[in-house]
Amino acid sequence: MQIPLILQFVNLLASLLLLLVFAMLAQRRILSLINLFAWQGGILALSTFIVAYSTDQHHLYYSAGLTLVLKVLLLPWLLHRLVRKLKIRWEVETLINIPTTMLAGIALVIFSFNLAAPIAELAQGITRGLIGIALACVLISLLMMLTRRKAVTQVVAFLSLENSLFFAATSATQGMPLIVEFGIALDVLVATFIFGIFFFQIRETFDSLDIAHMEKLKDDNA
Amino acid sequence: MNGLGVLPIDVAGGAILLWIVSGFLGLALQRSPRLICKLVFPAGACVSLALAACGFWALGSAANIAVLPLGLPDLPLHFRLDPLSAFFLILLGGASFGASLFSAGYFKFMAGQVLGLLCLEYHLFLASMAMVLLADDAYSFMVAWETMALSSYFLVTTDHAIPDIRRAGFLYLLIAHVGAMAILLSFGVMQAGHGIAAYTFDAMRQVQLSSFWASVAFLLALFGFGAKAGMLPLHVWLPEAHPAAPSPVSALMSGVMLKMAIYGILRLTFDLLGTQIWWWGVLVLALGLLTAMFGVMFAAVQADMKRLLAYSSIENIGLLLVGIGLTLIFHVYGRDTLAALSLAATLYHSLNHAFFKSLLFLGTGSILHATGERNMGQLGGLIHHMPWVSVLMLVGVLAISGLPPLNGFVSEWLLLQAFLLSPGLPNSYVNMLVPVAAAGVALSAALSAYVMVKFYGVIFLGQRRENAHKHAHDAGIWERAGLLWLAFACVVLGLIPVFVIRKIDAISQMLLGAHLGNATASWMFLAPVDTHRASYGPLYFLLAVAGVMLLTVLLVRRLYHGRSRRGPAWDCGFPAQSARMQDTAEGFGQPIRRIFEPFFRIENELPTPFDTHPKYHGMSEDKLWGLLYLPLKGLIEKLSGWVSLLQHGRIHLYLAYTFVTLIVLLIFV
Repeated sequence: MQIPLILQFVNLLASLLLLLVFAMLAQRRILSLINLFAWQGGILALSTFIVAYSTDQHHLYYSAGLTLVLKVLLLPWLLHRLVRKLKIRWEVETLINIPTTMLAGIALVIFSFNLAAPIAELAQGITRGLIGIALACVLISLLMMLTRRKAVTQVVAFLSLENSLFFAATSATQGMPLIVEFGIALDVLVATFIFGIFFFQIRETFDSLDIAHMEKLKDDNA
Repeated sequence: MNGLGVLPIDVAGGAILLWIVSGFLGLALQRSPRLICKLVFPAGACVSLALAACGFWALGSAANIAVLPLGLPDLPLHFRLDPLSAFFLILLGGASFGASLFSAGYFKFMAGQVLGLLCLEYHLFLASMAMVLLADDAYSFMVAWETMALSSYFLVTTDHAIPDIRRAGFLYLLIAHVGAMAILLSFGVMQAGHGIAAYTFDAMRQVQLSSFWASVAFLLALFGFGAKAGMLPLHVWLPEAHPAAPSPVSALMSGVMLKMAIYGILRLTFDLLGTQIWWWGVLVLALGLLTAMFGVMFAAVQADMKRLLAYSSIENIGLLLVGIGLTLIFHVYGRDTLAALSLAATLYHSLNHAFFKSLLFLGTGSILHATGERNMGQLGGLIHHMPWVSVLMLVGVLAISGLPPLNGFVSEWLLLQAFLLSPGLPNSYVNMLVPVAAAGVALSAALSAYVMVKFYGVIFLGQRRENAHKHAHDAGIWERAGLLWLAFACVVLGLIPVFVIRKIDAISQMLLGAHLGNATASWMFLAPVDTHRASYGPLYFLLAVAGVMLLTVLLVRRLYHGRSRRGPAWDCGFPAQSARMQDTAEGFGQPIRRIFEPFFRIENELPTPFDTHPKYHGMSEDKLWGLLYLPLKGLIEKLSGWVSLLQHGRIHLYLAYTFVTLIVLLIFV
């Protein structure tokens, strides 16, 4: 079956997204991590734009613009500023070493493709791979949250999780209503602000951003 | 009256609203406590009387229904007033009338802020009990039920500065909630997955459950309502909470609130569940018997007067459960007249217990105010200082002991009649069990008389034990009015059993579809089944007793005229007698303690003969607490310990939980 050029392009972007998520999983430096996150946002914006062009849905153009402004420019800038203010340029420490996480990531990709197969059968041929990729991105982002020690990287992982979900929504179901997208975008922005405030609080309380220090915040009698 | 289109249920709803309004009025008036006592409580009492009258009116008429446009979507609040709820409304109104009158005098020394809150909780408590009786769907029932539990919890912890009272309140709240959960589950089973609209009682009546699920629903309900009633082994909160509460509240809790649980069991078993199974009856009978024996045994060894009454309440609840069990057995085996008889005995006893137990609890309140003492070991000889209270409490004591011609006798006699007439059931096991149960009931009735002799004798008779209450004063006018009303009710209920039974017949018709044959044929004699077998004419009895007493008094006057003189009580010519030589509460209970020793956990501390300051200390505790509750508590703590293993405080692990859950769900769903 001949796949239309535009959809081939979307598929290419999807695979790039997956690659980027893997790159984030493997990345040790926080600043590069944030840059990768910005790239991810860029790809997301591009794919949204293409979907908008191909399906001729006007509101998806706004959505793409929003993604571009928020996720490529504003959020990375905010995170950069945070990192500079908190003076945490040092390398990311992981709980499990990186090769193992990569292997786990591959396992997750296989798992998601398996899982998405029955859903993809129902969908039109083109989105077959997209759902699997989006699901894999979500799971890998979760894995990233699991294995990182620093609070900032956890937030980046959280934002990447949100990106993957957004990708799943736009590519597989041709986008959500604009109002929902506005809502989500604002939520993410607010969440980032709040996280930023929390970082300062955490550092003031524990003298570090290592969340291992928060282990003592549990019930005493355990 | 029907020309206006007013139905009993409208009056009852109005009474509930008025109670709620009086409660908030009390809260608003907290700056003038005198006004609360003189105005709000008597107003609440009037509402009680109106409610009782309304119940009386509804007892004779058909069920009427009201649906309020409030509540859950698809499930508005349903109310229904049928003979069963009407009967319990009479009970509620009658007993709370006395308690509210009494409260008007009892609380007059209380600080305004506390009094305002208490007034609110008190009236909410009354209103929620009335709502429990009227509720006709599971939702409104549970709301009313929980309001009742919470308001009574706050009433129990009125003196929350005392740690023991807080502890008692917490125990009460805990067991009340466990019970409420069981009731909710029971409703869930009966609703049988038919959607939210099936939570009305009407829909539940239509549902045909298999015998397994019906039994599950019944057992859950028995557990839930039993927890509220103080059924063994869920009774532990009762002897703690009743003494902790202020006396009018204990009176209401013991006299009325426990009956709400009885109402619940009756409503659910006979009305909502379409079918009954014989072993339910046996189970309730056995539990009731154990509860009754246990209650009276522990009442015999108590030294605290309110604890004694609390245990006596457990005993009476046991008797009521025996009655319900017997009704179930007879009903299942198609002995309709006998079923109606034991149901009548149960209902009659509920009513009687509401009156005489409220009377006794209120009386202890007066004693507590007069002497500041709850321990019977410090009281004695109060009959000289508190003539009103002592005479009125004598009525209550005689009634609870089951002496004719008072009301306690009638219901216990009816219950025993039901037992005596029972042989010939098709199940041989049940046939063997019933005489044993009858013996148990007779034993606990006799023991309760023993307990009451102790209660009255140690408090009112003999010599004053301590100097502390030298200036004990009699109850005030409001308190007297409350006590007088309850005592009056005890006497009247004892004298007109035929009339009461005739009224109760409407309930038997509704629940069992059967009625007592010619029990009420003659207005003077109550004959449960047949005039040839046994009958009871209270008025003749009263006349005979009064005649004999009059004759004795006259003869004594005539023979010993002018030669009688007053001396100290129990003097007996012994020169150096002190008040400490009298029989004490502990001493009086000693034989029971010896006989039933295996059931108690006893701690004794005896002085040596050479001790110059001899001190005696004895304690009898409930074994069940150590055998059942502490292991249960240990188990729950262990389980929660395991749960807290999950809580590491490490975000990664929490995230991992989410992650694993997500993966597992994705795989399996």
